[in-house]
Amino acid sequence: MRHTISVLVENEFGVLSRVAGLFSGRGFNIESLCVAETLDPTVSRMTIVTSGNEQIMEQILKQLNKLVCVIKVVDMTRSDYVERELVLIKVTADEKTKPEILRLVDIFRGKIVDVSAESYTIEVTGDEGKINAIIELMRPLGIREIARTGKIAMTRGPRTLKEAKKIKQGVENGDLLRQGL
Amino acid sequence: MKMTGAEIFVRSLIDLGVDTIFGYPGGAVINIYDQLFNNTSIRHYLVRHEQAAVHAADGYARTSGKTGVVLVTSGPGATNTVTGIATAYMDSIPVVVFTGQVPTLMIGNDAFQEADIVGITRPCTKHNYLVKDVRDLARIIREAFHIASTGRPGPVLVDLPKDVITAQGVYNPPKQLSLRGYKPTYKGHMGQVKKAVELIYRSRRPVIYAGGGVILGDGAKYLTEFADLLNIPVTLTLMGLGGYPASGRNFVGMLGMHGTYAANMAISNSDLIIAIGARFDDRVTGKVDEFAPEAKIIHVDIDPTSIKKNVKVDIPIVGDVKDVLKKLIKTVKDSGEAEKYSRKIAPWRAQIEKWDKDHPLKYKNSKTKIKPQFVVEKIYEVTGGDAIITTEVGQNQMWAAQFFKFDKPRRFVTSGGLGTMGYGFPAALGAQIANPGALVIDIAGDGSIQMNIQELATAVQYKLPVKVAILNNGSLGMVRQWQDLFFEGKYSQTCLPSYPDFVALAKSYGALGLRATKPSQVEEVIRKAIEHPGLVLMDFAIDPFEMVYPMVPAGAPLTKMLLV
Repeated sequence: MRHTISVLVENEFGVLSRVAGLFSGRGFNIESLCVAETLDPTVSRMTIVTSGNEQIMEQILKQLNKLVCVIKVVDMTRSDYVERELVLIKVTADEKTKPEILRLVDIFRGKIVDVSAESYTIEVTGDEGKINAIIELMRPLGIREIARTGKIAMTRGPRTLKEAKKIKQGVENGDLLRQGL
Repeated sequence: MKMTGAEIFVRSLIDLGVDTIFGYPGGAVINIYDQLFNNTSIRHYLVRHEQAAVHAADGYARTSGKTGVVLVTSGPGATNTVTGIATAYMDSIPVVVFTGQVPTLMIGNDAFQEADIVGITRPCTKHNYLVKDVRDLARIIREAFHIASTGRPGPVLVDLPKDVITAQGVYNPPKQLSLRGYKPTYKGHMGQVKKAVELIYRSRRPVIYAGGGVILGDGAKYLTEFADLLNIPVTLTLMGLGGYPASGRNFVGMLGMHGTYAANMAISNSDLIIAIGARFDDRVTGKVDEFAPEAKIIHVDIDPTSIKKNVKVDIPIVGDVKDVLKKLIKTVKDSGEAEKYSRKIAPWRAQIEKWDKDHPLKYKNSKTKIKPQFVVEKIYEVTGGDAIITTEVGQNQMWAAQFFKFDKPRRFVTSGGLGTMGYGFPAALGAQIANPGALVIDIAGDGSIQMNIQELATAVQYKLPVKVAILNNGSLGMVRQWQDLFFEGKYSQTCLPSYPDFVALAKSYGALGLRATKPSQVEEVIRKAIEHPGLVLMDFAIDPFEMVYPMVPAGAPLTKMLLV
């Protein structure tokens, strides 16, 4: 099963390599990884999309927690959360396809961010399903290239990641995965 | 007051109570070595290869409980420490390694003697640092020692660029460390402890399975009290030997690939495993799908990642072994049912005794050929068990583990996780330095000893009276054993020529060399070696075809043991 994990880390050099090295060294899978600074400039926030059975997910969360540079780990998938991804699509646009492209962009509430004689570059944000849908609909029109950001995620409601309960290593009573938030 | 980075470095170590460093100088750390010249608070031991510096610091740490310290130069000096660091990492040994580095502005330029040692050691250190500013130096050194020695211990590397070492700064160690991403759990959860005791009382065939965590966490005394309170049989891992006395009434021996028949049968037939400071390594579980099929598992460990990594666990307890054992003991005592339970499991103990009687640890002794097990037994007999034993890796290691009886913790020093040949001799030097009055014996093979043989010079230079017992079978015995058993006896690259002449080699270093070729000479050689005040190399020409039994073939279940 797929999981979206949010990780607060020290904003230092080498941290990304530690996290990426943990995944590669232990054979865990990374589908996407996004990282950028938070409101507190000493802290960065990573959003990692990964997959695995319960046992593997438990190891991933624990191993991440074990890293000295990791401040907090939360499995978003265990709670109610919003996730978004942004895609840039460069699509071939001639006289015949232009109206169709514009119509699709409108339906998906996207934007044309660059225009040339033979192409449009489109920006669309949304959840994974929406991004996949626009790509599939654009494909027959002639996609030249795409760039996706990977997912970012945030819990619904007033609480922040910082306030989320830290995974209770002391209890460790087997329901660690249910303690997402 | 302004100080150079090198001065801050030395001052930090002194304030942290460091009095011993193992190292090797070079261009990038020459300013630190300049500071160590004439320094009377810190004794520096010059090794002959940087790998040995880490093994020595590791042996020092294992036998003293203190943190081992290493100082080497950049580039090859740093890369040579990697095997030592990985060894300490796998066995959770507190070591801090300082490496020189090229000046910060040259990092990444492929400068002379440059290596990205922080990148290289990232997966085999508990944590590592590149110090980029002299203002961070004192804090980072404190953090390094803190991280290395707390929680589940492990090696920490600190990379010191030359310009940081030579820069002027102020010595400003933080009064308190604040590491928001590092807070190990020491206190075991009382609710979990209670559940564990309930589960123990419901069991009929319990086994305590304890490992290196008991030694590292200084929990041997409590483990012994706990086991003897309920009379639960105890099996130990290689790393755990000494955690419960080998002469204790509930000891059933080491388990795993070369464990005793009784221990492997006990754990395989148990209905409850109480795992304490052990991590269900593949050499312990055998085929993991068929490991202890009927057992429920209580797992006590300070490292949450060790729990449920390889096997399913019913009651996990994260915490310091000492804290959890104390709570277990108290809960059991408060219940007042210890004796009743001990009686209930008497038939189980009788069953294990029968297994032990049917297939005890044994070997076929000979009048003409020296058996390696006989040598280890003689060492045990002559020393009365009062020695620190280090080992190399392979057959020598297993014979030492099987036939020397360890009654106390921190007396058996071996590379368990990584299985590093060449570990035992430098580790013995570190152990001797940490325990000046103790008798330190490295039980070695003729293959392994040659991997760090250059340290003979270090031992002689510092008058370290270590005794090396080479079980010389003219081969890389453990691999050859596998070739005998599983590869139709094709000895591919496992036969070693009969040189060097270890007796002559010892002499060339100014040490004493002794040789035994007949069983009747063994005891005399051991006695002479112990009486000699300095370093001794004992060359025992053992039966080259002797094998280590019992043996569980790799990937087989624990119950499928090959016996003598």
